[in-house]
Amino acid sequence: MQKIMVCLKRVVDYNVRVRVKADGSGVATEGVKMSINPFDEIALEEALRIKERGEAEEILVVSIGPTDAQQQLRTGLAMGADRAILVQVEEEIEPLTAARIFLALIEKEEPGLVIAGKQAIDDDNSQTGQMLAALWNRPQATFASAVTLDGDKATVVREVDAGLETIEIDLPAVVTTDLRLNEPRYVKLPDIMKAKRKPLDNVSMADLGIEPTKQFQAVSFDSPSERQKGIIVEDVEALANALKQKGFF
Amino acid sequence: MSRILVVAEHDGSNINPSTAKTLSCAKDMGGDVDLVVFAKDGAALAEQLAALEGASRVLRVDREENKVPVAAIVAPQIVALASGYSHILGPSTTFGKDLMPRVAALLGVGQVSDIMEVVDAHTFKRPIYAGNCVLTIKADPAQTVVATARTASYQAAGESGSAPVEAVDVQVELPGHTRFVGIESGSSDRPDLQSARIVVSGGRALGSAENFSIIYSLADKMGAGVGASRAAVDAGYVPNDMQVGQTGKIIAPDLYFAIGISGAIQHLTGIKDAGTIVAINKDEEAPIFEVADLGLVGDLFQAVPELQKLLES
Repeated sequence: MQKIMVCLKRVVDYNVRVRVKADGSGVATEGVKMSINPFDEIALEEALRIKERGEAEEILVVSIGPTDAQQQLRTGLAMGADRAILVQVEEEIEPLTAARIFLALIEKEEPGLVIAGKQAIDDDNSQTGQMLAALWNRPQATFASAVTLDGDKATVVREVDAGLETIEIDLPAVVTTDLRLNEPRYVKLPDIMKAKRKPLDNVSMADLGIEPTKQFQAVSFDSPSERQKGIIVEDVEALANALKQKGFF
Repeated sequence: MSRILVVAEHDGSNINPSTAKTLSCAKDMGGDVDLVVFAKDGAALAEQLAALEGASRVLRVDREENKVPVAAIVAPQIVALASGYSHILGPSTTFGKDLMPRVAALLGVGQVSDIMEVVDAHTFKRPIYAGNCVLTIKADPAQTVVATARTASYQAAGESGSAPVEAVDVQVELPGHTRFVGIESGSSDRPDLQSARIVVSGGRALGSAENFSIIYSLADKMGAGVGASRAAVDAGYVPNDMQVGQTGKIIAPDLYFAIGISGAIQHLTGIKDAGTIVAINKDEEAPIFEVADLGLVGDLFQAVPELQKLLES
């Protein structure tokens, strides 16, 4: 195929232990390390491997977010993507709006395949890929752990609760990635230098003719209730007795 | 008053326990709750649904294309039934996570994922940031609420109901662009992880697939389900579908054994609703001991067989 579009979201790095602000207005993100959403990094790696097998010609990375999201797109370009588009949005948008934005980009760019992470690790919604496939009226293969292309079709193995499900889909389509699809490559320094010269376009929602939806309102952000720390038992016998006392055996 | 449609999950012959839990979430919203099952021949499945307490009606949509539920095929049928409902709910399992956002987008609305608590018919609590934060979110009452229920947060509805069953004919064109090929189940005849009363999980400290036999042995003695940490899955000791945690299965058994599991945040997120957590680990600093009700510091290869023997006697 000619082109694969990969969606990258800028999120709080997965190693950061996020804290809820004392006034309940959100989570503390000032000065916190930001990264590409790990599932999206897997999506980009898969696209790069498809290109390296000679099954795609161009990898386009797209993101929706503040100006700073250019950093994550540059990282994507350093990993090996050819071109990037940032849809500049300063406020939080809902997944349905994100899907509409990606659909507008699809209509311009006409990719043969769209790959995105199965969820972003900030809002944990797991919606955008499915919504995009619905609006595009095309197949979705969510939670992918293997993707094989064959002409205008793809076979995708999906990680579902009951095991591994295999589906066949017509292309173009949306694939969302699970953890075990691949292990993303590390970026090398010369590639970071090279990435600076690759094209990165900025557009606005208005350029794409999109009005954001506002169906939901955040009321408050709270810390989860913590489990009480229990007791350390002396030995296995004490453990067995404690379990019997609790009525389990 | 709310009118709620709950989409049932099944494997062709049995209704998945996630459905009875999603029904409990729906009942918290107040109002009438209908259940709908999409199958090739849903007669037996509809009977199972009719017994769930709190359902007003069971709708049964039989079509050849519904032999195996595929999101792109089921979603337009739900949309065809949607008018008149204020809420459409599915379970937050891979079935519901795949399906419900497609339904929402086709209806032109958003979705509330992983409801853990219903505050009122349009206000919900849901975990974000891998469970490190609880977000309270209010949905516009003028729009249809499409949502998934976090099944670990809800008890299953009882089974002494007797709702009427109605066969419904849904005339809508279905896409042929997505085709089910097959499913490979890694697990055995052990109890299902998400509904087992007791779950025994092993971690990286097991060291090999062979050594996992002591986990299976303990579990089988107790009639327990078997899970694993992400590290154990990534190391290839057990198949993917056994992974417990934020990126695997979120479970809430009455009794959970974490054996040789250090307790990464993403694992703890998957078990925090468990009744009693037992941890066996040789590292007394392991974070799992922060959440365990009963902790044992020691060598699992000695402790597990010994525990098995003591529980048998």
